Amino acid sequence: MAKGAAKTKAVAASASVERRPALAGRTLSAPGVKVEMLPPAERISLRAPQASLAALSNALGVTLPVKPKTSATKDGRTALWLGPDEWLIIDEAGNDPLADCAKVTALHSAVGISHRNVGISVAGPAAAVTVGSGCPQDLSLEAFPVGAASRTILGKSEIVLLRTAADSFRVECWRSFSDYVFTLLSEAASDAAN
Amino acid sequence: MLLIRCPYCEEERPELEFRNAGEAHIARSTNIAGESDDDFEKFFFIRANPKGVIYERWRHIHGCARFFNAVRDTVTDKFILTYKAGEPKPAKLPGAAK
Repeated sequence: MAKGAAKTKAVAASASVERRPALAGRTLSAPGVKVEMLPPAERISLRAPQASLAALSNALGVTLPVKPKTSATKDGRTALWLGPDEWLIIDEAGNDPLADCAKVTALHSAVGISHRNVGISVAGPAAAVTVGSGCPQDLSLEAFPVGAASRTILGKSEIVLLRTAADSFRVECWRSFSDYVFTLLSEAASDAAN
Repeated sequence: MLLIRCPYCEEERPELEFRNAGEAHIARSTNIAGESDDDFEKFFFIRANPKGVIYERWRHIHGCARFFNAVRDTVTDKFILTYKAGEPKPAKLPGAAK
């Protein structure tokens, strides 16, 4: 019995060995812009009706935005408006938003997607030009201000775009698309300087 | 590129974010099993396909992912109006001749 328990423990320990995110550590520096893979983060996809928002905002510690194309950030946790009843929560502080949502009894659906997505940072004076080479949205500061967030497309791939600063974007894409997205952004970054 | 106004995102977005989803305002019979073959054929296969103003369902698939309805002119490809799914067919169109 004791042997079996010890074995289970060993298996559990090896199951939680170092996570290897897609393209970890890849960076590209071009004049005016730097494209780099962001470290792993906790993410959930949250669907909830209007009536549950107060309870969920309370549990998550960040007020879920209800205005289209906006986001809210507090203590390393960002809530991005994706649709009228859909949010993407990204936690970069290492806390688990899924556990916070589990305590809420109000109707909602929270799905952990930490490993489904990877984040790519595009930063520098030419960041908007770089992202704009594949994204058809208006990325001027008037139309897409700091904090604006939207699901959109980049080339042939769907992304979630968040403007973290006037000259900095976070591009979230599915990990199986990450090679395509990173390569497209790298090519665009090299072109953006010209 | 066309700019299509999404009634849920409340702004114009590039057409690449959208998908067409066929004709709008086609109500499914509440007694579908009791439909005659002719009526079912009309409901299921027969579409208006007009030259001119058409009422269509569109989906903002690479955005808010919501379905909505749009009034489009098939000759000019101009979007006359978009409105949320479930809302009634607009009686009056802006800028319509009649």
